[in-house]
Amino acid sequence: MIDGIIHCLVVLLLPPLLIGIITKTKAAFAGRVGAPLLQPYYDILKLLRKGSVFSTTTTWLFRAGPLVTLAAILTASLLVPLGRHPALISFDGDLILFAYLFGLARFFTASAALDTGSSFEGMGAAREVTFSCLAEPTLFVALITLARISGSLRLSTILTYPTPALWRATGASMLLLVAALFIVLLAENCRIPFDDPTTHLELTMIHEVMVLDHSGPAFGLILYGAALKLLVLGALFTAIALPVSTGSDLADWGLFLASMAALAVAIGVVESVMARLRLVRIPQLLVGATILSAFAMLLVLR
Amino acid sequence: MNLTGEPTALLLTAALLLALSGLPGLLPRFAVLGQRLTVTLAVAASLLGGGGLLRLMTGTTGAVYQLDWPLPFGPALLATDPLSTLFLLPLLLVSGCAALFTPTYWPAATRRDAGRLTFFSGLFGGGMMLVLLARNGVLFLVAWEVMALAAYFLLTTDQRDGGVQRAGTIYLLATHTGTMALFVLFALLKAVTGSFDFPPSHTLTPFSPVAVVMLVAALVGFGAKAGLMPFHFWLPGAHANAPSQVSAMMSGLMLKMGVYGILRVFLFFTDLPTWCGWLLLALGGWSALNGIALAAGQRDLKRLLACSSIENIGIVFIGIGMSLIGSRTGSPVLVLCGLMGAFIHIVNHALFKPLLFLGSGVLIHGVGTRELDRMGGLADRLPVTAFLMLVGGLAICGLPPLNGFVGELFLYLGALYDGMTAPLPLVALVAPTLALVGGLAVITFVKAYGVIFLGNPRSRRAEEVHRPGPGMVAPMVLLAVLCLLAGLFPLGLVRLVQPAVGFYSGRAVDWSLLGPLQPPLGPLLLMNGLLLALLLFLALFYRMRLHRLPRGTVPTWGCGYQAPSPRIQYTGASFSELAVNLFGPMASPRRSRPRLSGIFPAPGASFGYRAAELLLEQVLTPLFSWSGQAFSWLRRLQHGRVHIYVLYIFATLFVLMIWGR
Repeated sequence: MIDGIIHCLVVLLLPPLLIGIITKTKAAFAGRVGAPLLQPYYDILKLLRKGSVFSTTTTWLFRAGPLVTLAAILTASLLVPLGRHPALISFDGDLILFAYLFGLARFFTASAALDTGSSFEGMGAAREVTFSCLAEPTLFVALITLARISGSLRLSTILTYPTPALWRATGASMLLLVAALFIVLLAENCRIPFDDPTTHLELTMIHEVMVLDHSGPAFGLILYGAALKLLVLGALFTAIALPVSTGSDLADWGLFLASMAALAVAIGVVESVMARLRLVRIPQLLVGATILSAFAMLLVLR
Repeated sequence: MNLTGEPTALLLTAALLLALSGLPGLLPRFAVLGQRLTVTLAVAASLLGGGGLLRLMTGTTGAVYQLDWPLPFGPALLATDPLSTLFLLPLLLVSGCAALFTPTYWPAATRRDAGRLTFFSGLFGGGMMLVLLARNGVLFLVAWEVMALAAYFLLTTDQRDGGVQRAGTIYLLATHTGTMALFVLFALLKAVTGSFDFPPSHTLTPFSPVAVVMLVAALVGFGAKAGLMPFHFWLPGAHANAPSQVSAMMSGLMLKMGVYGILRVFLFFTDLPTWCGWLLLALGGWSALNGIALAAGQRDLKRLLACSSIENIGIVFIGIGMSLIGSRTGSPVLVLCGLMGAFIHIVNHALFKPLLFLGSGVLIHGVGTRELDRMGGLADRLPVTAFLMLVGGLAICGLPPLNGFVGELFLYLGALYDGMTAPLPLVALVAPTLALVGGLAVITFVKAYGVIFLGNPRSRRAEEVHRPGPGMVAPMVLLAVLCLLAGLFPLGLVRLVQPAVGFYSGRAVDWSLLGPLQPPLGPLLLMNGLLLALLLFLALFYRMRLHRLPRGTVPTWGCGYQAPSPRIQYTGASFSELAVNLFGPMASPRRSRPRLSGIFPAPGASFGYRAAELLLEQVLTPLFSWSGQAFSWLRRLQHGRVHIYVLYIFATLFVLMIWGR
């Protein structure tokens, strides 16, 4: 019960902090003071209180897009275990629904972008759907590998199964999985090297350009949804990459928060030391990730 | 004999009624009245047959009818079983919907060929019903040809368009090549069992050379009808050029007749060899992936939908292959998940694909073109159609909470189970394949939906689009509601196909076989509810905020450009270009670009883009024109003098009689 409440609170409150940590890390690398850690919260709250501007071209779908996207990601967040704590809802094959909810979110984000009739947003939408399409097989191969290791089709079991002992036994395979999933994490959340959320040129953006015409509360919900997606996929990643348990419930929650913060710092570091890849290189990296996860599967079969 | 309420009799009456429903439409003097009568008869046939199906599904066993006809092939047998019920249900629904759609879409008042269209529509539907009821090889082939030829005449309704006639010819060649394989199949069946009647289930041995030839013939003959790759080449042209409600019936129903045929033939054999399962799985996977990659690159709405039919048939065959592999390797989970996935997908595809094809009819009626890049901005002008097409688009991408997800869920479960337990989990590859197919489907349908309905109108005709009449919208509403219901309450869908799965696998569906792995139908219902509740909450919250806060309206931000025009919008071709390039050999894009010299292209230079059909353009067409030249001397036999033709027939008979002695 307590875990359930904490799960909901973490899902509702933590996501913007991750973005704050990433920004702070990047600022530290650049030698700047940077925006306050809580700036994303201020931004979202401010946006919820601001008026909206709608393009004359748009229809109801433009308004529904952010809502369906956020609803889908929120539903997915109920399926993913946070740290060592099982998810609120768990059933056989929940990982399929988990992946497809992101598909639903993508359908509506991209459609809302096309609703503006802007070429920029069409470009962003095309890139988003294409790159996510390539990232999806990696996620499934990785999840099959983990399902084979853990002997279950429930995300909660699959993701709480890894332990340091497992890492010692199947280290190579786990390492490949972690690498593949990190690539997927960066691609799905539109981070460098796939997409630069802070670039100034619309032509080179993916996610940011799709939401150019959204404003006010809708844009606030989009920012929150993007941060939540980072949390959800990040939780999936850290469960495999840092499978440490203390044995105490509360300490495990602390450990989870710490691991998410560490992940945010890691993303910040990647963003500071790398440049965005050329567009033609991105599919190669994503296919590479699929092959990495397939290798992991082979090593488990052996 | 009391025939009232006997399911097989009801279905046969419905088939006859449907087949003859088009007769009133042929009266030239009363064309309008005749068309109305035709629609009434066709819908009545659907309802009558629906009554029969209802009785079958509530446990009544259908009778077996023996028809002593004067043909020398033994008596014709007609019967029903759960496998035919599974296919009859969508058949009756979709043919009823298509009939309702016709009077507004192809009104007899203005179209001279309306009578022909409704006549062959009825014959087409009735022929398909007979295919499903026949239990005798010859009767089956007769019904099969009625269906195939009626489809040809439906497809070539527009007689002035050369493209339509060409597509018709290709279709005719493909379907008759398939029928040739079926002749081989049924002739061998007669040789093995001594009768043209279908043998009882699970009686023939599959491990003889004859059986192998039979299986291959079934795969070629029925695979060609189903549009399984590499026999798909006729499909995009045929579906694209037929009138829309005919495309809906062809894609939603006729392709399934191929699937039905394969399942029916498989049912003859005791236990199928392993290669059969792997072959179907491989062909299914190839069709799914290649079909959707082709669809992503299309610029023509109906071609896009047709290519996505190839994909969906591929998904069905993945399920069938999975179940065959499961039954050989002794894995009841694979059998159950594969069959459930395939059968549910058969029903689902017969809901959302006709919905989308009828929607394409509304668009063609309204805008007068099939070309995506000439539409745009129609969500404003056709709000109801836009919403219904959105439902269809989401369903066909397999996204929750719509019905497409339920079928794919079972296939994923089977694949993941294999990945978890099999020593060499090759079936597990289905999961990443389906994921890739799903991703491409999202690209395809976001593109189609976005380019058609969103943004600004891309042409004047899109701006001045005609609204569809209620007769066109009503059948679409029915199909969309069924898609929604089947997706929200997945258990209903499972109950619907369960008898067929039990019948086909030879044992009642027993979920306990799956052990700890249970299909998550209850949780799925809960998640659907949660998703909708969250959406409702967010919508209310957003609405409240919007209400309180100031609101402005401006044109879309154009980077400061002062003279935006609809032509600077992202086109469908550019939307899918990234993906099409990645899947290059599969999507086979062909570009024609001007030679560039200097900063600007010369005046009058143009850029062309189309998705090529490699098999048709590079293999079959050259092959056919070569053989046409090589055998041109044979044309002397074909001169148009009827009396010589009669002589041919006489001579053939004579030779056969002497040979037969």
